[in-house]
Parts: sequence; C-alpha cells; structure tokens
Amino acid sequence: MSFSASSLSEDEFFYGHKACAGCGGSLAVRIALKVLGEKTVAVLPAGCMSAVGFNFPQLCFANNAIISTFAGTASMMTGIEAGLRARGIADYKVVGFAGDGGTADIGIQALSGAIDRGDDIIYICYDNEAYMNTGTQKSSLTPFGARTTTTPVKGNRRDKKDMFEIVAAHGIPYAATASVGYLNDYMRKVAKAAEVKGTKYIHVIAPCPTGWGAGSDETIELAKEAVDCGLWPLAEYENGEFSLSMRMKDPSLLDSHIRRQGRFKHLTSEGLEHIRELRDRRWDRIDKKWNVDQGRRTR
Amino acid sequence: MRPRLVEPPRFASPDDYPEGTSFEAGHLVTVNSGWRRVRPKIDGGKCTGCLQCYLYCPDGTMIKSGKSVTVDYDFCKGCGICARMCRAGAISMAEERA
Ligand SMILES: Cc1ncc(C[n+]2csc(CCOP(=O)(O)OP(=O)(O)O)c2C)c(N)n1
Ligand code: SF4
Ligand code: SF4
Ligand code: SF4
Ligand SMILES: [Mg+2]
Repeated sequence: MSFSASSLSEDEFFYGHKACAGCGGSLAVRIALKVLGEKTVAVLPAGCMSAVGFNFPQLCFANNAIISTFAGTASMMTGIEAGLRARGIADYKVVGFAGDGGTADIGIQALSGAIDRGDDIIYICYDNEAYMNTGTQKSSLTPFGARTTTTPVKGNRRDKKDMFEIVAAHGIPYAATASVGYLNDYMRKVAKAAEVKGTKYIHVIAPCPTGWGAGSDETIELAKEAVDCGLWPLAEYENGEFSLSMRMKDPSLLDSHIRRQGRFKHLTSEGLEHIRELRDRRWDRIDKKWNVDQGRRTR
Repeated sequence: MRPRLVEPPRFASPDDYPEGTSFEAGHLVTVNSGWRRVRPKIDGGKCTGCLQCYLYCPDGTMIKSGKSVTVDYDFCKGCGICARMCRAGAISMAEERA
C-alpha cells in the first residue's frame, strides 16, 4: 500500500507533546505511527521524544507506549515482541524510536544483539545529530564541524559514523535511510518495514531547530537540502543489496546548507572544504558498492 | 481519533496516585497554545487542498477534513512549517495578540 497525504489515516497517535516548535524528531514519530496504526507498541528510551511525550499526567501517545532505559531500546522491544507472541497476540507491531546517541552510542549493543537474533521489530533512529535532550552534546552521529557543548571551540573533529552500513553489515532483512524532508519516501519505507519479517532498521534525519541553530520553520527545508546536496543519501538495504532511493540533486547546495545553520557558524573555509571531501569520498564508495546505475550523482 | 483534553486528575492523597508506572494513553491536561508568538491563518479561497501543511506539521494540529484544513489552536505551536509548505500561499503567520 502506498501512502500519501490524502490516503494517510487521520488518526493522531503523538499529540499535545512538548517538543520545541518545529521539531523534526516529533514529525518522524508522528508520521511513523500514522502509517503503523493503533496496534503498535512503541518503545522510547531516554531522549527528547520520551521527555516530551510522557509528562505525567500529560501522556501524548494514544497507542501503547513505554520508556526504556537509555541503552535498552532494542532489548525492551525484544521482550515486548516475545511477550505478545507468548500471549498469542499476532496483529501487533513493535516499534522503537531512539535518538542518535541512544542508537549509535549507548544502544548499539542491544540493537546489534536484536538484529543477530532476528527479532521481529522495527527500530527507528531519529537522528538530530547530538544529545539534544541534555543540551546538545556530541554523539558519534554528530557531523564534522558541528559545534556542540562538548565540542565548543572548533566544532566536532570526527566524521559522522555510518550507522546504516553498520546495521546492513549484520545482514539485516531490511534497512533504510530517510528524511523528514521527504515524507512520501519515509512513509513507503515504514510501510515496507511493517511487511518484512525479522529485524528492520530505519534511520531518519530529523533536524532540531534548537540544537542546529535554525528557525522553527526551516526544519523541512534543512531535511530536504541534506538529501539534495548529498550529505544524507536516501537508500535501502534488502536481500543483501544496497539501492539508492533518490539521486543527489545539486552538490553545490552544500555551502548554503551548511552556512545557514548556527552550529556551523564558526566553520572556516577549510572546514567547509573538509565536509565537501567527506561527502565526495562517501559518494565514491556508494558508486562502487551500491546499485547506482545511471546518472550517478544527479537525478 | 486524536488525544483529547481532559480534566486533570485530582489526587487528594498519595493513595489516589496510580500504582506502578502505567496510566491512560492519550491523556492531555494542558494545551500548548501559550507557546505561540504567531499563528497560522488559512485563506480558504487560495487553498488547493494539497494537504502538504497537514502532512508536514510536526504537531499534527493541521486537521484535514476532505480537501480542506483547519487548525487546532489549542495545540498548534506556531512553528510556521505549514506556511512554508504551502505553495499556494494560502497560509500566513499572524502576530498573536496578548
Ligand atoms: C544511562 C543513562 N545515561 C545518561 C542519561 C541522560 N540522558 C538522557 S537523554 C540523553 C540524551 C539523548 O540523546 P539522543 O539519544 O541523541 O536523543 P535526543 O535527546 O537527541 O532526542 C542523555 C544523555 C540517561 N537517561 N541514562
Ligand atoms: S531539542 Fe530538538 S529534538 Fe529535542 S524537542 Fe527540541 S527540537 Fe526536538
Ligand atoms: S504553525 Fe506549526 S504547529 Fe501550527 S499548524 Fe502550522 S505546522 Fe502545525
Ligand atoms: S498547503 Fe496550502 S494549499 Fe495545501 S492544503 Fe494546506 S493550506 Fe491548502
Ligand atoms: Mg539526538
């Protein structure tokens, strides 16, 4: 089934939450739950989405939802899926919404274990590229050059970890990257993940106006541009093969995309050049390894 | 279906608090309208019913009914994403009056 704005369910399962205005992570959670529907148990570790969704007595999930330990998103999902199975409840899905810190740093071991066991769960990493809920500390998914409170002078010196390829290297049945700037693509991937048996992983880039230093109305443009300028390739991994969902639109968008964000304000022209090099090297690898037949980088 | 605003529970004594850590889903006791400095206003005459504002609203407060949209001003935060998404120029952001 394909999803669009008109076919999407009118039900709202993540509502009245206390996320900052224009929060990309909350959009990723909202849309995934609309695709998956009411018969979904959501697991959220410590992080912005649990902090803004569960403030007793203000409880913003309309489906069953639970907070896990920071490191234990995937293990709690494993337990819930096993519990549902043990009780003979076959028509429920288990979805997790964990941040970049919760996924690529502290939760990577639990996630790796769940993939190894082949547990039937949908793990969604909403990536705002830092530990936002505790005030913007660097994670291993913070991009090169971004200023955080733990990389305060020159900004982050490390490249962003390639979580998508790390997950794919497990031989997972289905993995995808997505962006809140391209919701039709994201909805299709969430719906596909719901159909595949075994462990599914979706990594969705979700700008944070507060931590990125952008206006609350810029979230969607930033998420689109990250894809369009080649910093965040949209792709899928299935049956052992990578495939690109969308081609890079305009590599020259990179400069203005970086320069409009407060977290890159201090960046020198050498810094910007380094970001360009990292991007180009990544695309050289993509061109070699993935199914990118025609047109290479531009669509 | 969407979570609705309810009367906040009154806990007269500690015995009234829920036991354990689970509680009703979709239980809203406070609105978010106070966060707003600007509010989206829809010009129905210009609206083409494309629903992009509804799709991209992080708060789900752009409510679709058929091919038109209305705003839930109790929970809209005034982020302005809907106005940016509207290619028809049917949404303007107007100052909130104190
Ligand atoms: C074991 C443990 N360590 C630290 C924390 C504090 N903590 C809560 S949320 C958070 C940041 C989460 O970052 P991320 O996973 O990227 O999600 P985001 O807040 O950015 O949405 C931290 C460090 C915790 N709750 N538990
Ligand atoms: S800090 Fe960022 S990720 Fe967290 S609620 Fe605010 S906008 Fe969303
Ligand atoms: S201003 Fe923001 S919160 Fe309000 S309806 Fe528009 S997109 Fe939704
Ligand atoms: S984006 Fe504009 S034209 Fe489209 S439904 Fe919303 S108000 Fe109407
Ligand atoms: Mg984060």
